[in-house]
Amino acid sequence: MTATIEPEVGKARTRKEDARLITGRTRWTDNIALPGMLHIAVLRSPFAHARINSVDVSAARGMPGVAAVYTAADLDPDGTIGMPCAWPVTPDMKHPRRPVLAADQVNFAGEGVAAVVARSAAAARDALEAIDVDYEELPVVLGLENALAEDAPLVHEELGTNRNALWVFDSAEAGTGASVQDAIDTSEVVLKRRFRQQRLVPAFMEPRSCVVDPTGPQIVMWSATQVPHILKTMAALTLGIPEHKLRVIAPDVGGGFGGKIAVHPEEGLALLIAQKLGKPVKWTETRSETMLTSHHGRDQIQDITITARRDGTLTGLKVELLADMGAYLGLVGPGIPLLGAFMFNAIYKIPAYHFACTNVFTNTTLTDAYRGAGRPEATFAIERIMDELAVELGMDPLELRERNWIKHEEFPFTTVAGLTYDSGNYEAATERAKQLFDYDGLRREQAERRDRDDPVQLGIGVSTFTEMCGLAPSRVLGSLDYGAGGWEHAAIRMLPTGKVEVITGASAHGQGHETAWSQIVADQLGVPFEDVEVIHGDTQSSPKGLDTYGSRSLVVGGIAVVKAAEKVISKARTIAAHLMECSPDDLEFGQGRFTVRGTDTSTTIQEVVFATFTAHNLPDGVEPTVDSDAVYDPENFSFPHGTHLCAAEVDTETGRVQLRSYVCVDDVGAVVNPLIVEGQVHGGLAQGIAQALFEEAVFNENGTLTTGTFADYLLPSAADLPSFTTARTETPSTSNPLGVKGVGEAGTIASTPAVVNAVVDAIRRYGIDDVEMPCSPMRVWSAVHRGRTAAGGAGAEAGGGLGSIDASGGAQ
Amino acid sequence: MRITVTVDGTQYTDEVEPRTSLVHYLRETLGKVGTVIGCDTSNCGACTVHLDGHSVKSCSVLAVQADGCEVTTIEGLARDGRLHPVQQAFHDNHALQCGFCTPGMIMQSIDLLADDPDPDEKAIREGLEGNLCRCTGYQNIVRAVRDAADHMRPGAGPAAERVVSGEAAGKVPAGGE
Repeated sequence: MTATIEPEVGKARTRKEDARLITGRTRWTDNIALPGMLHIAVLRSPFAHARINSVDVSAARGMPGVAAVYTAADLDPDGTIGMPCAWPVTPDMKHPRRPVLAADQVNFAGEGVAAVVARSAAAARDALEAIDVDYEELPVVLGLENALAEDAPLVHEELGTNRNALWVFDSAEAGTGASVQDAIDTSEVVLKRRFRQQRLVPAFMEPRSCVVDPTGPQIVMWSATQVPHILKTMAALTLGIPEHKLRVIAPDVGGGFGGKIAVHPEEGLALLIAQKLGKPVKWTETRSETMLTSHHGRDQIQDITITARRDGTLTGLKVELLADMGAYLGLVGPGIPLLGAFMFNAIYKIPAYHFACTNVFTNTTLTDAYRGAGRPEATFAIERIMDELAVELGMDPLELRERNWIKHEEFPFTTVAGLTYDSGNYEAATERAKQLFDYDGLRREQAERRDRDDPVQLGIGVSTFTEMCGLAPSRVLGSLDYGAGGWEHAAIRMLPTGKVEVITGASAHGQGHETAWSQIVADQLGVPFEDVEVIHGDTQSSPKGLDTYGSRSLVVGGIAVVKAAEKVISKARTIAAHLMECSPDDLEFGQGRFTVRGTDTSTTIQEVVFATFTAHNLPDGVEPTVDSDAVYDPENFSFPHGTHLCAAEVDTETGRVQLRSYVCVDDVGAVVNPLIVEGQVHGGLAQGIAQALFEEAVFNENGTLTTGTFADYLLPSAADLPSFTTARTETPSTSNPLGVKGVGEAGTIASTPAVVNAVVDAIRRYGIDDVEMPCSPMRVWSAVHRGRTAAGGAGAEAGGGLGSIDASGGAQ
Repeated sequence: MRITVTVDGTQYTDEVEPRTSLVHYLRETLGKVGTVIGCDTSNCGACTVHLDGHSVKSCSVLAVQADGCEVTTIEGLARDGRLHPVQQAFHDNHALQCGFCTPGMIMQSIDLLADDPDPDEKAIREGLEGNLCRCTGYQNIVRAVRDAADHMRPGAGPAAERVVSGEAAGKVPAGGE
């Protein structure tokens, strides 16, 4: 053994996961085939709102290869099964039952009405066409403000309202700050803007799929999910399956981005049908089904009022949101806007803050988590209005930010929203970004192009963001009425030959946990990286966990791994001391070796583990194992931050936006694997830029999703995106032993306002102060040539409603 | 209908329905599940394979059209445990995260390099336009393809990994045997 081993944490290790993924040796759920397995296909409503008078499945039952056809009456005759919502945000929140199949009414286009089970997926789909449903159309509720109008038809008649909940935070009431109304009444500058967060589709590449095998002692369900542990508990609660009789496996999962944090009706269907037939069943959706029925993200109208002194000092911020829930509540849907509630104040010292969000039902696909979940919405609004305020005050947007942000020497800092940011250095990140971007040079070029009336104008957009991630301290979740905790579990098994199995409750679906956790454990135990196997995503082998979302895996799950490793060392120390006939206090542990302090007498962790395995010579009363587990509940969120700068060239003759340069300097604290971190930033940027420029889920006036395929929904390709310049500053988090902060969502949260700020900056000279997202050529051209209101303004409707881009190019 | 197709070096003869697409034949009949389905409008490219040495989206080819043809999938690239240079480059450059688009992305990249062994960034981005990835933002994929091009340059690596000509790179993806 070498005298010193280089630390694994911080190394750009290539990933262990890749070997199977680059050779096609993959275990996607849809790859699973079991003897006698039958296939499920779901008949979906073409109407967004309709009464079901009758469903005739007799012809379908007689089709070749069809084993069974089910309606709600067959699967849930009492009409009591409802998909779970784990986040009742207020005591009086309205919570309509979301059935596995619609019984007498459909509430969005795409809702399931009947299910066919057949020998092949093709036979099942064929039989769908033989089902006859008699619908009676009801008035369709679309658009947030329409839905709240006094005479609006109701999505759910029995609720008596389309209002789901009103959730309020006020700094004066909470004692965390002053009164916003006072700030509005007395400030020198009061700026009010309305922004629209269009509706997006998470669009993970692997369509959802689940396989249920009811033939063993436990029912086994494979599912393309981010949350196997939550799915198991929720499926048990929802369907009455004893929890110990259910095993859930998330095998290779092809992306999630929040879109696979859910308990889907189709998963319920598969469990119910498999039990009825006593046969394995599989359901795999088509891409169109994903687009239509898997939850969407964002979709808010944001009314923002910011107040300031003439010198640029912020005095107050008022945020009033309308958030579209869609037709039902997803697993955490109503809480998504709340995850932004504490982030609108961002990195700024704002003395007074008020946040109110009204959640609204419409006849659309439900919304829930999508990468960033609440925080991109918040960051967009504050970073957009900071640019607008800078214009109002005649200041450089970076100068205005710097005047108001928390200085690095002021940490820890308790914000007006009541969160305590543990660390950060906004000055350092901004300085680095400005250098890499050549901020001053681009400003000069911008001025030159303006002066010579260049048809291609240059815009510069800024976003200095922070986010809260590492969901989450359980007591905070409790105070927000969330239905679970925020801890994570890990276990370490020391095998007789010295190899190590690490069990984690985090459930990776592309993040690279197998690699990163191996690096952490290699350092903690002093074992080779190659000797560590990471096991996850199966409730049988990884029995405890709260899964992967909210940039929590490393900051919570990774720390649980550290805690488990510390316990392993502690147990091994006692045994090592016994073997070397010394006191445990005389031993130091480092680089995989216990050494008697001040001597060269030592033993390796592997030797201790083997001695523990044979158990021939252990101290009295010590059990023969060093295996350990730990459950870690974080004391605080972590607060990654960064400065993103975007230069956009806007062709005023065509409206085309081309990103000339994108620089981001992120501070995600200590880094376990820089290769993986950079990859996360790249992917996050792509998704955030896509919201700014490309993507939008659009419903027509009948509530039909018109962007229901990848031919209609503009997921950017390689040709649509630039290369990014990424760099990091490193201010370690002080709330966890690794100093890590989380990186999964940073790029998505930060980039959207940087891009839109750049677009608006380029064409502001034409009197433009906003372009609705996505800033398509049509919208940008309309803004330049028809003026501000023609740019779409904020419209009367939320994304996906009637205010979505229409034949007239978004013109009102 | 009866078809005979050679897939990854093995010849198969099967009865297929006329409507069966090549990707369904590969996955459901042959168990070649390394090739995946990501959409139903031939936009995503996840199902890309080589048909007689050229990339095709196997969701848009009927199995009967592949009768008498040679198909190479992601599963047929590595030989004797040795990765194809493009597979290796995807690993070395962290060009994948969830990995679902990866089989198609690799097959398309090989085809791209067969047409243009020395592509610049723009050519790579445009050559991969028909393959969607939601995880990586494409930057590392572009880097991987460029890296692979360098490794596959004549004389760049061991003889076994050399690409003799563009056409050969497509037809014999394992690298010139």
